[in-house]
Amino acid sequence: MATAARGASFALPALPRSGVVIPAMAATFLLLLTVLPLSMLILGSLQVEGREGLTLANYANVYSDPRTYRLLSNSFLYAVGTAVLALSLGTALAYIVERTNVPFRRAFFAVTLVPLIVPGIVSTIAWVYLASGKIGVINKAFMALLGLTDPPFEIYSLLGMIWAEGLHLSPLVFLVMVGAMRAMDPSLEEAAVTSGARPLRTLRTVTLPILMPALASGALIMFIRGLESFEVPALIGIPARVPVFTSEIYEALRRYPQDYGSAGSLGVGLLAISAVGVWWYGRLTRRAERFATITGKGYRPRTIELGSWRWPALAFLVLYLLIVVVMPFLVLLFVSLLPFYIPSLDMFQRLTLKNYVTVLEHPDTLLAARNSLLLAVSTATIAMALTAVIAWIVVRTRLPGRRILDLLAFLPIGIPGLVLAVALIFELISFPIPIYGTLIILVVAYVTRYMPYGMRTNSAAMLQLHHELEEAAAASGASWATTFRKIVVPLLWPSLVAGWIYVFVVSVRELSSSVLLVSHDSIVVSFVIFDLQVSGQSNAVAALSVLLVLSLVVVVGLTQRVSSRIGVKGG
Amino acid sequence: MAMLTVASLRKTYTTDRGGVRAVQGVSFTVEDGRFYTLLGPSGCGKTTTLRCIAGLERPEGGTIQLDDEVLSGDGRFVPPYDRDLGMVFQSYAIWPHMNVFDNVAFPLRVGRARATSAEVRKRVEEALALVGLEGLEDRPAPQLSGGQQQRLALARALVRKPRLLLLDEPLSNLDAKLRERMRIELRELQRRLGITTVYVTHDQGEALFLSHRVAVMHDGGIVQEGTPREIYRDPSTGFAADFVGNATFLAGDVVEDGIAALGGRVRCSMPKDLRPGEKGLLVLRPENVVVRGAPERRPNEFGGKLEIAAFLGDHLDCIVAVGDTLVRARAHPSVQLRRGQDVWVEFPVEHCVAMRDDGWRPRALQRSFGEDEE
Ligand SMILES: Nc1ncnc2c1ncn2[C@@H]1O[C@H](COP(=O)(O)OP(=O)(O)O)[C@@H](O)[C@H]1O
Ligand SMILES: [Mg+2]
Repeated sequence: MATAARGASFALPALPRSGVVIPAMAATFLLLLTVLPLSMLILGSLQVEGREGLTLANYANVYSDPRTYRLLSNSFLYAVGTAVLALSLGTALAYIVERTNVPFRRAFFAVTLVPLIVPGIVSTIAWVYLASGKIGVINKAFMALLGLTDPPFEIYSLLGMIWAEGLHLSPLVFLVMVGAMRAMDPSLEEAAVTSGARPLRTLRTVTLPILMPALASGALIMFIRGLESFEVPALIGIPARVPVFTSEIYEALRRYPQDYGSAGSLGVGLLAISAVGVWWYGRLTRRAERFATITGKGYRPRTIELGSWRWPALAFLVLYLLIVVVMPFLVLLFVSLLPFYIPSLDMFQRLTLKNYVTVLEHPDTLLAARNSLLLAVSTATIAMALTAVIAWIVVRTRLPGRRILDLLAFLPIGIPGLVLAVALIFELISFPIPIYGTLIILVVAYVTRYMPYGMRTNSAAMLQLHHELEEAAAASGASWATTFRKIVVPLLWPSLVAGWIYVFVVSVRELSSSVLLVSHDSIVVSFVIFDLQVSGQSNAVAALSVLLVLSLVVVVGLTQRVSSRIGVKGG
Repeated sequence: MAMLTVASLRKTYTTDRGGVRAVQGVSFTVEDGRFYTLLGPSGCGKTTTLRCIAGLERPEGGTIQLDDEVLSGDGRFVPPYDRDLGMVFQSYAIWPHMNVFDNVAFPLRVGRARATSAEVRKRVEEALALVGLEGLEDRPAPQLSGGQQQRLALARALVRKPRLLLLDEPLSNLDAKLRERMRIELRELQRRLGITTVYVTHDQGEALFLSHRVAVMHDGGIVQEGTPREIYRDPSTGFAADFVGNATFLAGDVVEDGIAALGGRVRCSMPKDLRPGEKGLLVLRPENVVVRGAPERRPNEFGGKLEIAAFLGDHLDCIVAVGDTLVRARAHPSVQLRRGQDVWVEFPVEHCVAMRDDGWRPRALQRSFGEDEE
C-alpha cells in the first residue's frame, strides 16, 4: 500500500504539455463547480432586493427570530436521531452478516443492496402509508388485532421522521461497516482469543475499539446526511409541523414573493454546520486509515459460532428485511392497485391496473423518464471521468496544488442539495447564462453533488494500482494519454463501473436540488413523484414509485451482469 | 510439563469453488520442552494445523491432546480462550489502540485467573525484559518498528507462562539481517524457558537451526519427521530431499551395488527392500560432491564440463554437466577452476544412499520463486 501510494515523479517530465494543461483544466472545472456557487451563495445572502451594496440584514432577520432556534434544535435532534438509528442498525447487521455463522448470510447480503437503490422519496411515501396515524396500514392492523382505540404509531412526528430517515440510511452504514470489518486484520481478534479473552470481551476490548474510527466517521456522515435530507422533512416534517433547515429553505422559496434572503442565510447556516461535520470526518478517516491493518490473505476471517443464538439473529435479519424492504414495497404495490386509498382489507376486492395506465399514458411521465435517464447517464459518465483524472493527479503526481484539488472534489459532500440549488440560482441571477430550467443546470448540480463518490471510488482504486505499472508503460514509450487509456482505465475498470452504477442510481434518486431547479421541460421522475404526492394524487404516486423501483433494480442488475463480463478481474 | 499429541488431524475448508482439503491425517507428538517445526512450501497446511492446535479452526477429524487433556476430538472442543497457550501471528497482530504495556498485560487481565495490578506490572516487565523491550511500556504500539513488534508479540504470548507456544512464520516479515538475529534469540529463549513450542515456517534454514525435531509437510500431510540432521542427511522421499536443501537427483534402474545413471553405474548403499530392476533414486547434497581439475581414478568418479563456477565467499558454487545431467557441487573457495574446463566429480560412496524413486524431481527455479511468496 504505502509504496503504491507514493507518487510517480515521471508524470511531469514525461508530459511537458498535457502535464500542465490537464491538471489546470481539472482545477478550473472544480473551482467552477464548487467555489463559484458557494461564493455566490454567500454573496447572495448578503444582499437585499432593491438595495445597493452588502448588508447583514438577512442574517439579522433570520437569526433574531426565535423560530430559527427551534429549527436548529429540530434539525439537530433529527440528524442525531437518524445517525444513531442508522448506525446501530447498520453496524449490528454488518456484524451479524459478516462475522457470525447466521444462516442464509449470503442471500441476505444481496437483498440488503436493494434498499440502497430505493429513492428516498419512495421510501418516505411508503412510510406515510405504513405508519401515518390516520391512514397507516400498520396502525390499522395493530388497532384491529389488539383492539386499540388510538393508533400506536404516528409517522407525522419527530420520532417518525427519525424512523423513516434512519431506516433509509441504514443500508449505507451496513456497507461501510462491512468494509471496515473486512479491512481489519482478523488475527487481531484471534490474538485476543488465544490470550484467553471470551467472545464478548474480545468484541469489547479489541473489535469495537479498532472499528471505532470507522464508527465515528460513519456517525458523522449519517449526521450530515440527516441534516441535508429533504424528502422526509418536506413530506413528513412540514405536515407534522416539525420544521428543519431544509424544509424551511424550501418553504422560503415556495412562498410568494420568494424570500431569497432567508433562503440564503439559512443555507449558509446549514452549510456551516455540515462543514464542521465534514472537517471532523476528514480528521477521523485519516485516523481510521492509520488503524487499518491490511491482511496478507484474502480469506474471510473465521466466523463467530452463535450456537443457539443463530435463530434469534436470523429473526433479526428477517425482521429488518420485512421492515426495510418488504413492507414498504408491498404497501406501495397495494396502493398502486387501488382506485382510491382506504386502508381496509375490503379493498382487495377492487384491485385495478387503472393507475398504471393513467401514469404511463400521461405525457409528463415519458418526458420525466427520458430526462432522468439522460441526466443519470451523463452525470455518471462526467463525474467518473472527471474524478478519474483528478484522482490520478492527487494520487500519482507531486503537483503543488494537488491537496487542494482533493479537498475541492470532496467538499460537495458537505453541501446540502437544496443549498447547492439555492447557490446555483444566485449564480444564474448574477450571470445571466440562459440555462435556468434546462437539463444543463441539473447536470451541473448533479455532477457537483456526486463528485465526492466518484473521487472516493477512483482514488481508492488508484491507490491499489502500483505506480510501476504506469511507469513501465511510460518506459515502453507510451505517452501520458496512451498510458491513461491503455493502462489506467482498463485496470480501474471494475471500480469505474461500480462507481458509475452508484452515481447513476443516486442521480435518478436526486430530489433536493432538482426540486428547486426543474422547469416544466426539465422535470425528472423523482420530482414528478414529489409533485403528485404534494398535490394528493396518492394512487398515481404509488404506481409511479413501483415502476421506478422496478426499473432501477432491473437496470442495476443488468449493468452489473454486463460489466462483470467485460471488466478486468481483480484490481 | 506439557506434551502435545496430534493424531490423524483433518481439516477441510469450504469455499466457493468447493472443499479445500488443507490438512489430511496429520499426526505428531511434541515432547515436553521441545521445539517442533512444521516445515513445508506455501499452502501445504502448516498454518491450518497450527490454528487447529490453537482452537481457531475446528477440525473435522482427529484428536489434539495437551498432556492428558483432550483439546479437540472425541466430541470435545475446548475453545481457544480456554486453552493454555500463547500464539505469535505472522502479522504480529499487535493491537494498534493500545500501548506496549497494555498489549502485553492483556492476557493477564482477561484470562480465568486474573492477576492483581501489582502482579500484572511485575510480569509484564519480566516478559518485556525477556525479549529486550524494557522501558518501552508507554510507547503506542503502532510506533514500534517491525522487529520491535515481533518482540512485543512474543512477550505477549509468553507473559501468561503458557504450557504451549505457537508461532506462525514469525520471522518472515523481517529483513534478512534482523531475521538472522531474531533466529538466534528465539532459539536461546526457548531453550532457556524450556517451553513446548510448535513453529511453522517455509524456510528450511530456520527450521534446521531452531528445532529439536522437524516435520516436513506436503499437500496437507507429513512426509517425514526427524531431527534436523536426519531430515537433511537421510531424506526419505524425493520431495523432502528437494525441499530441505539443494540436491542433485540421479534416478535409474537399481543394479548390483548401485544404480544405473550418468552412462554407467553409481555405487551406493541400498535399502533392503529395493531390489535390482526397480527404480532407484540417489540424492546428492552439493557439499558431498567433490570436484577436481584432474581425474584420480576413484570409485564413483565421472568426467564432465564445468558450466558455472560462482564465487560465494565461503565456497565456490559449481554446476557440472555430466552428459546431460547437471550436478551441483560445492568446492573450497581457493580451488582454481575455470568455466568451460573439463572437471571430474566424485560421489564418495559413504555419502551415497539410494531410495525408492517416487517420481519427484527438483523444481529449482520454481522453488526459488515460491520462497519469495510468503
Ligand atoms: N480460510 C480458508 N478458506 C479457504 N481455504 C483456505 C483457508 N485457509 C487456508 N486455505 C487453503 O488451505 C490450504 C492450506 O493453507 P495453509 O494452512 O494456510 O498453508 P500454509 O500455512 O502451509 O501456507 C491452502 O490451499 C489454502 O489456500
Ligand atoms: Mg501459512
